[in-house]
Amino acid sequence: MFGLNKSSLFSDTKKLEREIDGFVDILSEVGLVFKSIVPTYLNHSANGKFEEMVEKVKEMESKADKITKEVEHTLYEETLIPDARSDVLRLLEHMDELIGMYQGNCYHFSIQKPNFPKEFHQDLIELTETVVNCVEALCLTVRSFFRDIKTVRDNAHKVTFYEKESDIKFSSLARRIFDSEMPLDQKMHLRYFVEKIDRICDQAEDIADEVQIYAIKRSV
Amino acid sequence: MDISIIIFLLGGLFLGWSLGANDAANVFGTAVGTRMVRFKTAAIVCSIFVILGAIISGSGTTETLGKLGAINALPGAFAACVAAGVSVYLMTKAGLPVSTTQAIVGAIVGWNLYTGSDTNIRVLITILGTWVLCPVIAGVIAMGFFTITKNYLLRRKLHILRLDAYTRTALLLAGAFGAYSLGANNIANVMGVFVPISPFTDVSISNFFVFSSKEQLFLLGGLAIAVGVFTYSKKVMFTVGNDLLKMSPVAAFIVVISHSIVLFLFASQGISNFLQSINLPSIPLVPVSSSQAVVGAVIGIGLLKGGKEVQWSVAGKITIGWFTLPVIAALISMILLFILSNIFNLTVSF
Repeated sequence: MFGLNKSSLFSDTKKLEREIDGFVDILSEVGLVFKSIVPTYLNHSANGKFEEMVEKVKEMESKADKITKEVEHTLYEETLIPDARSDVLRLLEHMDELIGMYQGNCYHFSIQKPNFPKEFHQDLIELTETVVNCVEALCLTVRSFFRDIKTVRDNAHKVTFYEKESDIKFSSLARRIFDSEMPLDQKMHLRYFVEKIDRICDQAEDIADEVQIYAIKRSV
Repeated sequence: MDISIIIFLLGGLFLGWSLGANDAANVFGTAVGTRMVRFKTAAIVCSIFVILGAIISGSGTTETLGKLGAINALPGAFAACVAAGVSVYLMTKAGLPVSTTQAIVGAIVGWNLYTGSDTNIRVLITILGTWVLCPVIAGVIAMGFFTITKNYLLRRKLHILRLDAYTRTALLLAGAFGAYSLGANNIANVMGVFVPISPFTDVSISNFFVFSSKEQLFLLGGLAIAVGVFTYSKKVMFTVGNDLLKMSPVAAFIVVISHSIVLFLFASQGISNFLQSINLPSIPLVPVSSSQAVVGAVIGIGLLKGGKEVQWSVAGKITIGWFTLPVIAALISMILLFILSNIFNLTVSF
């Protein structure tokens, strides 16, 4: 009635809720896959499992892109959450970039095949774990933004904590790489990979800061 | 019907039109301005409920205005309406959030003074008291609602999209209630002065339902308000929604519901009778300002948020309006009555 179809409004809402939740799930899952990809590359890069995992990340990235477009369409077509629409879309885009960064890292490993000496394996795996934990904390922050703004600050704080941890691990690993006896070109090459992984955390922290601002705007 | 009667009624219809154009924005402004509700939806709901409120519950406030001064000649009523309309226009141009209520009261007192009729001081004091009470009560109600709603939402942890859907529905329902209350409370400003001299006669439909002359006047006034809503309120709604009241849709709902409750309280015969029946002081049925109820509610929420966002200058302007608008309306009313009786030789009172 009067252009406000109640059942359609609520069904659109439920569908969108599921899509947004699904999007955050993808970000979290890509992280978990990435956490296994690095040790897989370091230990068994030749047996095909690594490429299989890269393909999986690619599929998840395409799925996330599709969801972003669908959410964007529905939010604008149905003029939903007019006061927070641009914030939500920007948030999804930035999270999509994060998925893209995971995917980019996987491709770089697949194409450039960096040669990490065994002595750096554990440090690289730990750095990767910290980065994935950081993004996990971001996923919680984003979920809080949508459902429970009271806990946004607490979860965003965890993102900042992991980002700092990641910086420490990155610096230590980079220092060890440059202190080693490897040729400079290899040092530069490995530093490039370590830096690219660490950048995921920087992006996650930027998004968490954004979410905190959006949460303040969202408060009643 | 005599053509002169139609011309005189036009004064009230003009006032109705301006009420629809301006005050509908208090009910649906934020919802439409923030695009939570479409203008067409808002205009249809607003028009239907304003008319219903006017016809069903418009009598109480009209009676109070009648006690203040019963204008007994059509040209006199015409002068009062035009004086009210012109003074509201002048004060709005000056940037003061005034209302037709204060203007019509001033205009009626002007008629009393010009014709030498008595002004019921007790009724006048009651009316003046409600002007102060209206924004204060709206503020208190808004503070209560705001606290309850905020705590409820924090506990319920609704998804942002679900909250959006609920808020849209709530804004529409609160808007419908607000429009009903606006019609019930403010129809007296538009048609009240014409009631004692209504040119209509009661119409009986199959001896079952009587459509009284007063109700016919209120229907006419309600239609004038509806025309105002459809023809001019869109611009005002977007101004209110985007410039004046920058607030979340949930806060907007609280403002609308608080404003609606206040207007309803001051128009409901039922609540007034109930309070009397349990030996509590009854609420005077007085037309109050819809704009000032909104400002009161906004200030109430602002105070709860720490008071930093409260624009005290607006509160100051309201107070200035309480004094200046009725005086200006009374003066214009007297000038118009002088012109009508001395230049056009019309009888402005019996």
